[in-house]
Amino acid sequence: MAKWIKTKNNTCLKLGEIPISTIEELREDIIANSDIRPVAFFGKDWGFGCVRLFIMMSDDKNSELYVSSCVFAAERRSYESITQAVPSFHIFEREFYEQFGIEPLNHPWLKPVRKNQDKYPFFEMEGEEVHQVAVGPIHAGVIEPGHFRFMCNGETVYHLEIMLGYQHRGIENMMLNRPSNQLAESICGDSVIAHNLAYSQVMELLKDIKISDRASLIRKAALEMERIAIHIGDLGAIAGDIAYLMGASVFGATRTLVINTMLEFCGSRFGRGFVNVGGVNFDLTNDMIDCALKTLDKVSKDVERMTNTMLKNSTVMSRLEKTGTVSLERAKEIGLVGMAAKACGVELDSRFDYPDKWMSELNIERKHFKGVGDVNSRFKLRYKEIMESISMVKKIFAKLKTQPNEPILAEGINNPYSRDSFAISITEGWRGEVVHIAMTDINGKISRYKIKDPSFNNWYGLALAVRNNGVSDFPLCNKSFNLSYSGNDL
Amino acid sequence: MLDTLKSRIYQGKQYIKDIKNAPMRDQFRGFPVLHEDEDRLACENVCPTGALNLDPFTIDMGKCTFCGACARASKAVEFTNGYKLTSSNRKKLIVTPDATYEDYVKSAVKVKDEIVKTFGKSLKLRQVSAAGCNGCEMELNACSNVNFDMGRYGIDFVASPRHADGIVITGPISKNMAYALEDCYKSVPNPKLVILCGACAISGGVFQESEEINREFLDKYPVDLYIPGCPVHPLTFINGILSYITK
Repeated sequence: MAKWIKTKNNTCLKLGEIPISTIEELREDIIANSDIRPVAFFGKDWGFGCVRLFIMMSDDKNSELYVSSCVFAAERRSYESITQAVPSFHIFEREFYEQFGIEPLNHPWLKPVRKNQDKYPFFEMEGEEVHQVAVGPIHAGVIEPGHFRFMCNGETVYHLEIMLGYQHRGIENMMLNRPSNQLAESICGDSVIAHNLAYSQVMELLKDIKISDRASLIRKAALEMERIAIHIGDLGAIAGDIAYLMGASVFGATRTLVINTMLEFCGSRFGRGFVNVGGVNFDLTNDMIDCALKTLDKVSKDVERMTNTMLKNSTVMSRLEKTGTVSLERAKEIGLVGMAAKACGVELDSRFDYPDKWMSELNIERKHFKGVGDVNSRFKLRYKEIMESISMVKKIFAKLKTQPNEPILAEGINNPYSRDSFAISITEGWRGEVVHIAMTDINGKISRYKIKDPSFNNWYGLALAVRNNGVSDFPLCNKSFNLSYSGNDL
Repeated sequence: MLDTLKSRIYQGKQYIKDIKNAPMRDQFRGFPVLHEDEDRLACENVCPTGALNLDPFTIDMGKCTFCGACARASKAVEFTNGYKLTSSNRKKLIVTPDATYEDYVKSAVKVKDEIVKTFGKSLKLRQVSAAGCNGCEMELNACSNVNFDMGRYGIDFVASPRHADGIVITGPISKNMAYALEDCYKSVPNPKLVILCGACAISGGVFQESEEINREFLDKYPVDLYIPGCPVHPLTFINGILSYITK
């Protein structure tokens, strides 16, 4: 792969270092190397009607990222799609087409990603007893908007087509003029810490800010606290969707303990205002840590108790097992990431694939999860991750107690951006990898900001999961993925 | 079965008995207090949403994300843990240096007899997320959990707008949601309430300057209640609704 530059996570490249190749050559490389997967694929106006396409691939086993690019001249409006050979590119190529109008030829399904079309032609099925169920954009519950079209035969779903874009707020463009931590926090309100961390790291790279060890540990604890809280909430939501109200109530109440601890740390239940460019805004005193440790002990006990009670119940198991299954092969093929992938048995976790120094220092090891890709696997994976994250937070807290009182917010927030740069940051939120890339131009102004939420990869996984399931199991499948609409729509 | 019962006994009662006077942790950033004698210039340009105005010195809770950036920059702004932030008048949300939390709570919501009579004992709401980030949505869901248990006051979220007495809007209202939102509103039978929940819904919040939002809906239809927050805390929401539908 000579036409690519090899780099690491949390690095800042000079634009001049990124090779300019041709799409045909890059396509060949991508098809030939099946063990690397796409993490970013986006265009940028390159003047005079030209578009430069940046591709970033991840070699997870070797903790390496490969970046390359190619330029489409003004008169060139198409190329041979990569998706037909490597299906995981499908959503990336659809997005690129939507944003820049350069058509991937022979793409199997060039459906809009965010642009809402009034007369979009959904897939249709014909036959006796075949019918369609249309849901949304406004759903029955208090959740975000999206449109679902089920093609059913009786109760059985043959296919689900999802149309999103209702949440589109133009965040990538807003980041050019007025980037802020608050805007990053509002990309996706359930992954506040993950997105804000990715944003802050990108900004620190561009402004050449080094954060203190103390701040870095507090950030790490905050990220795990977010994972614990949302996972517990999701266990409750899954219980609620199978009408196991005991689980819904208990997990709901247990989640409250975790998010209220977050409130004690930073004044917001979801960690808003906690992380800032240069470090964190709030220090954790030893008293706060001791109090949080007590809470975590209770949380750990309560979650364990409730999960065991719930999973012993045969009526619960009959709803969770073999519902909404995505096979390992299919998960790899369509490029699932994060939790949804791990539940299918794909080992993918950027905390371990791109480890920071704390992972070895605190002896945090990856434990493999044997998932079969059904709702039950996603339920148990959450339980496992809650327990692991609790033990991780405990280790971080123990380290924090011995850590000297360094400044938690580094100087340099008003530094100018470095010019002609390409800053990359991947953070493992509870849902999966959150990728932020910021580019600056020759004047040191942000010229492109790219965000990829894990939901972007995973929505298609949900569509596949509900095939051949009862239509009434859709809420359960949906909840077990719990994908973000706002993170996808930006 | 026995295990489930044991769990039930182990958990005990979790609900907050007195929602109207529930204590709030000191760290919570709620009602802002402005101090004119402190140096306010230090917090110039730190506000991400333009909620803070230096001359005259005011802070607009309808725009504020309660991020605390101004309070960290200068002693001129201080966030108290006061969580009863709801108002029935948009202008009331603009806090001046002479405002106190006690006065605000007393005067912010104008109670109308016909509202109390119609909705006082039962209020069914249809929530519409119009490009909300899921922060407010999660907090609204939390209103119905075992801790806050909003249902005990007869306040519930319902699935169909036909069953609803009003809509709760979260998010800045994207172009792509404008039609669905208006459609939903029209489907709610009269008389109906419109409640704006969170900084995004009230003013556009951090998305004010976005080209992808369309807030025409709010020019067309009257708003009954503004509930500030980012996201709105369940206690803010429940108390806000209660202050409007009960005397």
